[in-house]
Amino acid sequence: MTHSRWLKNLRIPGLALALAFGAGTAQAADPIKVGVLHSLSGTMAISETTLKDTIEMMVAEQNAKGGLLGRPIEAVVVDPASDWPLFAERTRQLLEQDKVDAIFGCWTSVSRKSVLPVVEELNGILFYPVQYEGEESSRNIFYTGAAPNQQAIPAVEYLMNEYGIERWVLAGTDYVYPRTTNRILEAFLKDQGVAEEDIMINYTPFGHSDWQSIVAEIKRFGEQGKPTAVISTINGDANVPFYRELGNQGLSAQDIPVIAFSVGEEELSGMDTSPLVGHLAAWNYFMSVDTPENAEFIEQWHAFIGDENRVTNDPMEAHYIGFNMWVKAVEKAGTTDVDTVIDAIKGVQVPNLTGGVAEMLVNHHITKPVLIGEIQADGQFLVVSQTDEPVPGDAWSDHLPDSRDIVADWTPPISCGNFNTVTETCSGQNY
Amino acid sequence: MTSIALVSRMLGPMLAALLLLTAASHAWAEAEAATPAPEGAMPAESMPETTTDFPAVEPDPVPPPEPQESVVAAEFDELPAAAEGNAAGDGSETLDETLADDAEPAAPNVETLIRQLPEGSFNDRRAVATQLAASGDPRVPDILSALAEGRLLATADAPPRILIRAATGTGGSDAISGENVPASVISGGTRIPVHNPLRNALRSLVAVATISAPDPEQRASALLRLMRGSIDSDLLAYLDTRVEREADPRVMDLLLTVRALARLNADTPEERLAAVAVLRGSLLNDVRVGLEATVARDADPDVREAAAEALDSIQSRIELYRFTENLFFGLSAGSVLLLAAIGLAITFGVMGVINMAHGELIMIGAYTTWFIQTLIPGALSSSILLAIPAAFVVAGLVGIAMERGVIQFLYGRPLETLLATFGISLILQQAVRSLFSPLNRPVASPDWLSGSLEVNPVLALTWSRIYILVFAILVFVALLLVMKKTSLGLKVRAVAQNRPMARALGVRTGWVDALTFGLGAGIAGIAGVALSQLTNVGPNMGQAYIIDSFMVVVFGGVGNLWGTFVGAMGLGMMTKFLEPHSGAVLAKILVLIFIILFIQRRPRGLFPKKGRAAEA
Repeated sequence: MTHSRWLKNLRIPGLALALAFGAGTAQAADPIKVGVLHSLSGTMAISETTLKDTIEMMVAEQNAKGGLLGRPIEAVVVDPASDWPLFAERTRQLLEQDKVDAIFGCWTSVSRKSVLPVVEELNGILFYPVQYEGEESSRNIFYTGAAPNQQAIPAVEYLMNEYGIERWVLAGTDYVYPRTTNRILEAFLKDQGVAEEDIMINYTPFGHSDWQSIVAEIKRFGEQGKPTAVISTINGDANVPFYRELGNQGLSAQDIPVIAFSVGEEELSGMDTSPLVGHLAAWNYFMSVDTPENAEFIEQWHAFIGDENRVTNDPMEAHYIGFNMWVKAVEKAGTTDVDTVIDAIKGVQVPNLTGGVAEMLVNHHITKPVLIGEIQADGQFLVVSQTDEPVPGDAWSDHLPDSRDIVADWTPPISCGNFNTVTETCSGQNY
Repeated sequence: MTSIALVSRMLGPMLAALLLLTAASHAWAEAEAATPAPEGAMPAESMPETTTDFPAVEPDPVPPPEPQESVVAAEFDELPAAAEGNAAGDGSETLDETLADDAEPAAPNVETLIRQLPEGSFNDRRAVATQLAASGDPRVPDILSALAEGRLLATADAPPRILIRAATGTGGSDAISGENVPASVISGGTRIPVHNPLRNALRSLVAVATISAPDPEQRASALLRLMRGSIDSDLLAYLDTRVEREADPRVMDLLLTVRALARLNADTPEERLAAVAVLRGSLLNDVRVGLEATVARDADPDVREAAAEALDSIQSRIELYRFTENLFFGLSAGSVLLLAAIGLAITFGVMGVINMAHGELIMIGAYTTWFIQTLIPGALSSSILLAIPAAFVVAGLVGIAMERGVIQFLYGRPLETLLATFGISLILQQAVRSLFSPLNRPVASPDWLSGSLEVNPVLALTWSRIYILVFAILVFVALLLVMKKTSLGLKVRAVAQNRPMARALGVRTGWVDALTFGLGAGIAGIAGVALSQLTNVGPNMGQAYIIDSFMVVVFGGVGNLWGTFVGAMGLGMMTKFLEPHSGAVLAKILVLIFIILFIQRRPRGLFPKKGRAAEA
């Protein structure tokens, strides 16, 4: 109660300033606000806290460079506490009360789905930094993480070509991202001529810790005389016991390699890595990538966080790209006005940390290189494969019959996130 | 005891809610994954956006087996000579001979090849390794296995110096000269990178070169590796000569199996039948795959029949071992449940406190393990052993503080206790998050807790699970003894049964309450030590166990330690026997349904308290 009154008191001068908006002098003093919508408590704090720090670091750096449009940037941090409905409430608060010009936030797909109607209703901008299942494109959301064609499909192609894998285990946690990704992968594998009986799909509850029978089953599945691999969309905490059980049951990365889409440097820093060595992960960035941009980013991160042992990871790079793109678009537009920025950001190119360039596409996804890394004992990745050219993100998978004909294009004449190229109709809110 | 009746009554709806949640999220995930199909699903004319820059997928993705096979064929002629020399134990002579032999014909010499290893891509490295293996040089197997294990280093000099880091310790040797190299030089070298396909190729190369190694272990692993590749006639002939010389019975067995496997493809049916006869009793996976191929493809009906018969006998034995394996899985899942629940069997079962912070006490035990491990980094084994009493003390003290600070004021008010302890659990979680970090903490396992006890090729029991099973039973027995044989146990039972009478007899009930709660909390801490070896150590870990713990205690019968034991083992078994058929998600739902129905029929659990103690 007292807290909110205190907030209101603070806001009155803010409102007065907003009324005086337009006068040059007022503008110079008035900071540009960006919202940071990452869980700082609850189950997702483990992954999201780092992203909050990343945005704060980027903001501090931009301010050191003289701010944006001659104004300082201010990060408004809120804590949605790993509670999905709270994500929507906090978004509303950021947009209506704090009047932020852009929001950087969300990790899980369900939190993004809960925020989506709010940013559309209040016409905000959300930068979403995590790899996800695709099948979505909102006018108000920019997806700086990987779509399935920038992570899952290339990973499977790598295993087919380099390892000659013929049998596939699709193991995932039981929620939207693994289920959609596995549906896409299953369709893709069948397109490639993999037989039904050579695909095993397994789902486990969140935080599953007793992997004995499932690993035994995977082992049996892999012992049919054909090279076998596991495509893992197992989420978060369930990974440690999973890899431990693999190691204990004597399945090495050479027998049955596991390629994971949710295991990065940050997750590895909380694990005993010995059972994971040699297993794979597909991402668009690894901390071990040897480029001057990355070295500078890591140095900056260590200086900001004050801890030499902290790692960087893929979603951090996505925020790095997203923030820089937004800054560039605002500079290009000369204003932070949402509609102008949404138009201006398309085609904006900024350097990524792996030595290439990321471009914002008309479907609000970006171009990314795909990297495959092998886990090393020190919790870092050895890059064993990298695409030569960045891969453009595809919002609607071409491998699912439902979405094959759907494209997202937020430029005229289509201006639609869900456009059917066959019937030439825009389904609007159909995701 | 009103709280027990309350929980028995509440657990039903609670479980039902949990069940609904699990089922709903399951159904929701499924529904969500099946995105609504927009109309007009017609084959796409093109797939423009999925072109990745990996090499195009070949129509029939074939593994790149050429190095393996070509090596076998190419280098074979030289191998027996080198091998025999090794077996004779006179290494130096062989080395000179081989070097002399190889110097003239082979274009690049061995040392140049070794120096080339750090250069180029993985495929270049594979080519160099293949040439190296073909040289027959006695140094090569060591170098290649070091490379496969990531122990081969290169210095920054030009040309680079190639070093082998010792498998243990910090020392190492020079790959070319073989002389020992001080640790300082070793730490200056960078690892020559390898990836899994290369590692596999290297292992195959090493296998062929070590079939005749002096160490029987090495010979055995070489043969196991050969089993997976194809064996050509030269190699087969060489294996025949090995059969005459092999002394070790286990290696002999493997040797015969490998030979027989290769002969499954022999030209005459007689040879093939003989091979099937040899393979009859083997449980090795490759044997089963080989026999299956014979059953499916062999031209001769007699061979097919013999193979099918052999396969049947193997299959029935495998079934038996799988059942044993499942039994073990069930026991081990039960032992984890027992560990998690046994502390609660004291605090809730005996004292009647609905302790929602029980999971956090487990977490505190796990964090203690991590903390001790970081205090004494080198000594994994002793830190784990040390963590057991430490976790007991730390969690116990936290428990006593909870009891004295909050719970003692709430006896007889179960709903308030529930809310208060739930609040404490949230406070403890966030405290750990703020104090250490929201990230998980890595807890390493000592060697004796990793790997598995291999009974035979089909049945392997993981050591960590065996130890935890034993540990859980030890804790259970110890607790049983404390409750039945010590004066503290007597007082605890007295206070639980009739508080005013106990007090009248001079028992300091408040003190007994605190100690009992501390005992239960301490045991939860010990459970945390064990669980840190199985799962994550993080602020949320306690939440994963709280529902399961209550389930076990209520199912077993509140206030009865044996009930907890039987309940834990029963639920563990049930889950593990359901899982292979129903999948993990459905198994969990089915177990929840079972418990709800069970509590409806018998609200007091499997072994309810009887007599006057029951409604004290």
